[in-house]
Amino acid sequence: MDEIQKTLLEQVADLHEVPAGAYNIRSNGTLAGRNTTANIDIVTKEDLPGIDIMIKPGTKNESVHIPVLLSQSGIKETVYNDFYIGEDCDVTIVAGCGIHNGGKEGSEHSGIHRFFVKKNARVRYVEKHYGQGDGTGERIMNPTTEITLEDGAHMELEMVQIKGIDSTHRKTKASLSQGASMVVREKLMTHGTQYARSDFEVELNGSGSTADVVSRSVAKEHSKQEFHANIVGNEACSGHTECDAIIMDNASVTALPALTANHVDAALIHEAAIGKIAGEQLIKLMTLGLTKEEAEEQIISGFLK
Amino acid sequence: MLELRNVSYEVEGEQGGSKEILSHITYVFDKRFTAITGPNGGGKSTLAKLIAGIITPTEGTILFNGSDITNMSITDRAKAGISYAFQQPVRFKGITVKDLITLAAGRKLTTAEACVYLSEVGLCARDYISREVNASLSGGECKRIEIAMIMARQTELSVFDEPEAGIDLWSFQNLIQVFERMYEKINGNIIIISHQERILNIADEIVVIAGGQVTQSGKRAEILPGLLNTPNAATNCQALDQVLEPKETCRGRQPERSMADNG
Repeated sequence: MDEIQKTLLEQVADLHEVPAGAYNIRSNGTLAGRNTTANIDIVTKEDLPGIDIMIKPGTKNESVHIPVLLSQSGIKETVYNDFYIGEDCDVTIVAGCGIHNGGKEGSEHSGIHRFFVKKNARVRYVEKHYGQGDGTGERIMNPTTEITLEDGAHMELEMVQIKGIDSTHRKTKASLSQGASMVVREKLMTHGTQYARSDFEVELNGSGSTADVVSRSVAKEHSKQEFHANIVGNEACSGHTECDAIIMDNASVTALPALTANHVDAALIHEAAIGKIAGEQLIKLMTLGLTKEEAEEQIISGFLK
Repeated sequence: MLELRNVSYEVEGEQGGSKEILSHITYVFDKRFTAITGPNGGGKSTLAKLIAGIITPTEGTILFNGSDITNMSITDRAKAGISYAFQQPVRFKGITVKDLITLAAGRKLTTAEACVYLSEVGLCARDYISREVNASLSGGECKRIEIAMIMARQTELSVFDEPEAGIDLWSFQNLIQVFERMYEKINGNIIIISHQERILNIADEIVVIAGGQVTQSGKRAEILPGLLNTPNAATNCQALDQVLEPKETCRGRQPERSMADNG
């Protein structure tokens, strides 16, 4: 692995070297390393590019890292990864994508991830997007995540994209059975002329199922962001969606949270707020000796922490 | 040492023209602990904001240690050694108590060091150090954190705008002790805007601001007894009774109106 790839790996997976436990590293369209464990198996798909990750029932406190690194300009790929998480598991899955584009041609990675989470399993899923390189080629990522949570299953998704990606359209769909729960924390920062759109479609199909979808974002310079979320309550359930955005410079932010209740006991809430940094927050930090720019930086990094 | 020379602050009036909030204030704050008091709307908070640099005077000069800081930015004043505790503390999403105290101290603090400041203001450090300074904190908690930040700054001048506002009666006792200790710990001068007798009671000097002007100032012993004897609204009401006809009296009017309302 060269230095550029190591930097990408560190950014998207907080890894300095190959991780402990199960992993699959995809670099410039090919397999760069894989490790399986007694409980976690990773198999290359035969019909499509991508992998199947199978986690045995009852697996606890194990993790899977599946980072994707693109350091050659001009690579365009769509990868299909399926995760099968057995009953009563408690696992962490880290799937990041880092693009270094030093060339003129666009680099594009679209990861189609499907999660089949069995009864009472718990999954923490972290997905980080990172782009760098001073080439003029665009860095594009279009991830799709489809989630099926069986009875009592729980999934937490942490989706982070801080700068570096020129265009992204994230689609997340989830279907929850009885007593299942899902928590989404999206953190997004765009700058330059970047475009980022997130779509969330969550179906609460089982009684007692809950979903909490929260997006915090900062739009700087001339960037554009769109947030679309629809929580559908088909049973006695509870759902909450929130979009909280800081807008700066000449950016544009659209927030369209939506709710659909098809059951009288579906309790659904949405919130959306877009605004610039509050003047009094800047003043407070300036009275501590920070310049206006330093104060902005602190407020934004806290907001996206 | 802070000195105000002929400082005025005007804003645009409601029907055009200008409204004077502070009028030609000249004062030297050279005591360790000065309390500013006076009626609401008298211009006290405006004065604090002028000192911190949040607003600039429309007339006059502000000197800090002999240098003219009238047009200095908020940041530069903070760096020069002026701290300002807001009357309404600001909340931040995602920024923790430790982050703010570290920023205030201007250097990396260990958790143990940051905790010392929290304990000083009567907060159990372990419970608060990693909490976000967001809407989940009560007004009183925010006020204490605000004070802890000023203590962490250790500047030559610390200005507090009504630190007791929003603090419950039970915590208030505690707060007085905080200020008593601060007197010993902060080497610089303290200016506190306050209406509380017990805070005025620990000041070296008291300045009364009313109608945008300094109406009284001097040592605590000279000013405080006079303030405590100020007639209150009830006394005024009784005085009014004596000059008005019985049916129009201040005390008599209230029951008459409520009877009319009932019937």
